[in-house]
Amino acid sequence: MHTRVLVRLAVLLSLGGFATAASAASADDYKSASAKAEAVIKQAHALKNEWSTTVAAMKAAKKAADAGKFDEAVKHAQEAEALAHASIAQAQEQAKIWRDAEVR
Amino acid sequence: MLRKTLIAVAIVVGAATPLLAANDVNPQADAKAFKEYFTKRFPKVPLKDFVNGPYSMDEGLRKQWEAIDQFPPYDFAVDKGKQMFATPFKNGKTFADCFPNKGIGIRQNYPYFDTKSGQVISLEYAVNQCLKDNGEKPFDYTKDDMAAVTAYMAFTSRGKPFDIKIPNDPRALAAYQRGKEYFYTRRGQLNFSCASCHVQSPGHRIRTEVLAPAYGITAALPIYRSAWNGMGTTTRRFRTCNSQVRGMPLPGGDEDYRDVEYFLSYVSNGLPISGPGTRP
Ligand code: HEC
Repeated sequence: MHTRVLVRLAVLLSLGGFATAASAASADDYKSASAKAEAVIKQAHALKNEWSTTVAAMKAAKKAADAGKFDEAVKHAQEAEALAHASIAQAQEQAKIWRDAEVR
Repeated sequence: MLRKTLIAVAIVVGAATPLLAANDVNPQADAKAFKEYFTKRFPKVPLKDFVNGPYSMDEGLRKQWEAIDQFPPYDFAVDKGKQMFATPFKNGKTFADCFPNKGIGIRQNYPYFDTKSGQVISLEYAVNQCLKDNGEKPFDYTKDDMAAVTAYMAFTSRGKPFDIKIPNDPRALAAYQRGKEYFYTRRGQLNFSCASCHVQSPGHRIRTEVLAPAYGITAALPIYRSAWNGMGTTTRRFRTCNSQVRGMPLPGGDEDYRDVEYFLSYVSNGLPISGPGTRP
């Protein structure tokens, strides 16, 4: 429950975040956004809790960057970062509460 | 010296006791609770029918199945597996040399905990181990060769009750518990656990599919699925279930997959092997 709210918030933030900055993003902006996302994704991977939507967002970011559309690329990388954060939060929360669902 | 050690032990034990009490591992109680939960919830399903997955839950589906099973679509896989069993590796050995009873009628004992290597060995893992030990290339965990060999092994074990053992070894209990945790842990962007679908919603439809109950859920594997237009291994099924909730599937042979299969098969002890299965 908690996790779902987090996810929605995270995605909203990432979508809204960049739209307010009117200026066009550069290749460097993409690189730093993508590096930031990668670092979080690495943690999610270590917890064995990567989401396929995170992977898809990173792919979309790279595709946009390859086409020179850096605004879009940054937006997708930020989305991936937000999703990776949410998947980490999910794993951490579940590690504490999974037994609540147990058949007893 | 001794006194100091004793005090240290006392402190450690004192601190650990409440934790242990909250997390105690009791596979026997789990198996009992599982059986009770499913038999109470589905009082009309005969005990041995749980191993037929969605068919145990849905009368209409069962009729279709009985018609299809006149000419079982997994037959080709069983035949192929039989042939693979009869074909020697480059070193002259065969699959039969890797398994107890030459690999015949033993499916119900898998996964087992191997006290030598300290890990859970699923049937698929054992097949690949056999290939590697004999200098052969291991199979893709999701593809037809793996499905064929395991289909043949399941076929020769039909009707034999699951007999999964947890040896008196703390590592075995830990592996069981990890499998159980994997089963109940929500994952993927959709935030579902295996239990969300196979404990809370068996019999319900997801798109066109009827959800199988978790009790006996590993007994029919591998399965022929019309939707796949072919055979699916245990690994393929687990990976598909991960993807459905928008989670990244694990690689074949991953310890989590072996452990969750160990847990699921243990709590299904006594139910008969029904594989290979056919599914819509
Ligand atoms: C979103 C719901 C969902 C979740 C979560 C889910 N599954 Fe499934 N599972 C399905 C569907 C749909 C099928 C195909 C219909 C059926 O047999 O239940 C299936 C089939 C299976 C089967 C084959 C059963 C049979 O007799 O054909 C196994 C085994 C299985 N799932 C294991 C798992 C495991 C282990 C997990 C957790 C990693 C899991 N599932 C999570 C939906 C789910």
